[in-house]
Amino acid sequence: MSDTRNGPRVDMLRSPLGRVRGLGSAHRGAVTWWGHMLTSIALVPLSLWFVASMIRLAGASREDVALWLTHPLPLALMLLLLVATFHHMKHGLETVVEDYVHQPIGKFTLLLVIKGVSILLGLLCIISVLRLGL
Amino acid sequence: MKDVRDALYVARNTDGKLVRRPMSPHLQIWRWTPAMAVSIMHRVTGVGLALGTLLMTWWLVAAATSDRAFANVQWFLGSVIGMFMLFCWTLSLMLHFFSGLRHIAWDAGWGFENRAYRGTSWFVIGAGIVSTLVIWIVGLIVW
Repeated sequence: MSDTRNGPRVDMLRSPLGRVRGLGSAHRGAVTWWGHMLTSIALVPLSLWFVASMIRLAGASREDVALWLTHPLPLALMLLLLVATFHHMKHGLETVVEDYVHQPIGKFTLLLVIKGVSILLGLLCIISVLRLGL
Repeated sequence: MKDVRDALYVARNTDGKLVRRPMSPHLQIWRWTPAMAVSIMHRVTGVGLALGTLLMTWWLVAAATSDRAFANVQWFLGSVIGMFMLFCWTLSLMLHFFSGLRHIAWDAGWGFENRAYRGTSWFVIGAGIVSTLVIWIVGLIVW
């Protein structure tokens, strides 16, 4: 079929399909991409709403913020925004690390830190919002 | 050729011969174009927005904690440094927002033609800056 004498030598027993399946730099295939895509679609209206809300709350007192969150709709939208934001942030930062950090220990550590910090910040925000609103 | 990364560089040329694919030159070799600038900017603003979530967390936690904590965060956000950070955050958000819209369009298969690519790159930059200015003008009037 071809002349391989002068080409590079391949001594890996792995089919092209096997290489492609479930790969990408995260080694997890398309699932993570889909989550990133869904959260980005959700964040289109949510982030515009968030900016509008923050403009309305510019210079607000603590009571104003609490009052704003006691209404069910802002509370629900805020919770949605927080979940989508921190999910999106976690995946985005992981992608950057996976693409640019090649040293295995550093990469592993950074990925763990990103995971932990994203969950911690997300929880802090969600608990605060619930405490104000409920 | 023992690992996957190396194996991905192997392909057949038109004669069916196994060859090693040429590597793309690195960033500093290319001429800067709006497309390249927006692509890099998308990642930079993404990381910037992630840092910005620290401000949002501080604000929400302070509001849920005490009057004093909330007064502190409001003072900081109203200071020159705080306002500058909020402005950078808004600019990052809007640039990332419009660039993100383009990513959604790409994932739907639209906008890969050279003309569209270049046009939307300029659009992302322009819309990001203009919307940031509008938000701040409206915000300062309301405030």
